Amino acid sequence: MKKNTMSNIITISPVTRIEGHAKIMIHLNNKGEVEDARFHVNEFRGFEKFCEGRLVWEMPGITSRICGICPASHLVTSAKAGDDILSIGIPETAEKLRRMLTLAQWIQSHALSFFHLSSPDFLLGFDSNPIERNVFGLLAHDKEFARKGIRLRKFGQEIIEFLGGRKIHTPWAVAGGVREPFTKEERDRLLKWYPEVKETAHLALETIKKIHKRFEKEMPSFGNFHSLYVGLVGKEGEMEYYGGNLRVMDNAGNILADRLEPKEFYNYFGEASESWTYLKFPYYKPHGYPKGIYRVGPLARVNICEFIETPIAEKERKLFKALSPSSEPVNNSFYYHYARLIEMMFAVEKVEELLHDDAILGTHVRSKAEINQSEGVGACEAPRGTLFHHYAVDENGVLKKVNLLIATAQNNMAMNRTVRQIASQFIDAKDVLSGKKIPEGIFNRIEAGIRCYDPCLSCSTHAMGQMPMHVHVFDAAGFLVNEYVR
Amino acid sequence: MNKPKVATVWLGGCSGCHMSFLDLDERLIELAEKIDLVHSPIADVKTFPNNVDVTFVEGAITNDENEEAAHFIRRHSRYVVSFGDCATTGNVTAMRNRYSNDELLNRAYKELADISNSLPNDHTVIATLREQAVPLHHVIHVDAFLHGCPPTPDEIWFAVSELLEGRIPKFKTQFLRYG
Ligand code: SF4
Repeated sequence: MKKNTMSNIITISPVTRIEGHAKIMIHLNNKGEVEDARFHVNEFRGFEKFCEGRLVWEMPGITSRICGICPASHLVTSAKAGDDILSIGIPETAEKLRRMLTLAQWIQSHALSFFHLSSPDFLLGFDSNPIERNVFGLLAHDKEFARKGIRLRKFGQEIIEFLGGRKIHTPWAVAGGVREPFTKEERDRLLKWYPEVKETAHLALETIKKIHKRFEKEMPSFGNFHSLYVGLVGKEGEMEYYGGNLRVMDNAGNILADRLEPKEFYNYFGEASESWTYLKFPYYKPHGYPKGIYRVGPLARVNICEFIETPIAEKERKLFKALSPSSEPVNNSFYYHYARLIEMMFAVEKVEELLHDDAILGTHVRSKAEINQSEGVGACEAPRGTLFHHYAVDENGVLKKVNLLIATAQNNMAMNRTVRQIASQFIDAKDVLSGKKIPEGIFNRIEAGIRCYDPCLSCSTHAMGQMPMHVHVFDAAGFLVNEYVR
Repeated sequence: MNKPKVATVWLGGCSGCHMSFLDLDERLIELAEKIDLVHSPIADVKTFPNNVDVTFVEGAITNDENEEAAHFIRRHSRYVVSFGDCATTGNVTAMRNRYSNDELLNRAYKELADISNSLPNDHTVIATLREQAVPLHHVIHVDAFLHGCPPTPDEIWFAVSELLEGRIPKFKTQFLRYG
């Protein structure tokens, strides 16, 4: 093996414990240093084409099948695009119930991300045995902690079931409102359960703060870079999840654009496609591609809002803000986890508020109208970031065009940047050149970098789960000179 | 005694079937005592092991890598279960079948990409779409079918319990529904 002609590629396939399938390839130069690292998303299902010809009424039910993790967010966004096409306001009760559904979606998805998928790294350690690094391993390690997480997720799922009749893929929200009202018995059951839920949300926050101390070594390179932040905020600048307008913040904390109409999202955000991944690269149009890199989701939302309406989450938001010494936003993607748990607390507190609001027990939950517009856009904050559905229909409500801008895709450039940063930091060129085995824990760190974003790849397109993780070292001619199997 | 080895695999689906598996909630704790989950998208072991007792496969076969995976799984699993409607019928994943791959890919990566540097076509790193998305039993032998989009946790629990006893689950009629 002539080292000076060596061109090395490392593959991690699949990336497990994220909600989707993907591969990571790391390209090393002839000095054994990381030259590039790419996050490849491997599947495609074609919703933007095959929904043509379907009815606007069916779209919430079809598009929720984009993703089994955040189906309720697709459901609500699709129903909102339908409201826009009918051009009607929906009843107050329906809006409050849709809001509760959206928050329940946050609770179940954020609980999944933290307890089931990420906490095995934190509690068992990045270098622990891969056989145990999962929710079953966590159960063996700390049954009570795992049980609490399981029950917190269940709380979110049960709200969805109470509202929509089933936990996954309910067709409950429709253009004009929702299909079924909510009952007092269901409300009372949730209120009784509530104290436990709040306690677990607290526990999660306390746990992540201890973790920050333990992972000081990892943190500086876990996706610590400048980017824009995008999300919805309410009228007063408060954190928003269902309505509101778009805000764009730069890495110094300046608000570059505010009160943008979500309906005109396509004027502000473009998408680029590349040959090596099925996941497109959204970018902020005024800055061009790839300079218009932006992040969405919990880190962005907690950064861009001026306050959170509920007291405990607001207190945490202030602590979060203090992590950045200046007026800069918190730029380190490791803090996605913290931001996610602040949002979890917000969602939990806000659900309680809604449960005490008698308006949710109203029975007028659906407005009816004909097709009044030939186009409609729906937007909401899905667990992973802002989600947009854009439909064009004919006079009968048959879909002619469909465009979906998905939360996870909007973090695509940031995920690629993060993988590269962690790989450069932790892969030791000397080891590579001497043919020493690269420790498994390093690959797990790279994957954990991706998990900060909690990407949902079934949403964004979608990879496969059986290939062993391989590290390939090729020479310049493409000859495999070395291979490690994890 | 060794615990039975169970795997779950995610091919062309939305992960909703896996989420329904997680909706077993507290029953997961009981399950953890009865089985070894040896391979799954929610776990970290990258290789599909030998001699798996039961494998649940979510999703349709949409590309060349899914198909390869299916054959690999079959060779290494005593029982293979089609897990949910996508694996069983193609379901939503097969809704693309009335369009050609060119139509589908051009829509997503040309018309809807204002900077279209390329269609995703570097098949040295990413999978190649099949012309048609097909159910799992079109490419391998399947021992049992779980209906539903997704199957309910109760149905999953029943199937797992039966299979662990070495019986092919015979579903009551209320489980035999699509959607
Ligand atoms: S059967 Fe339904 S829930 Fe399961 S993967 Fe397919 S679309 Fe998702």
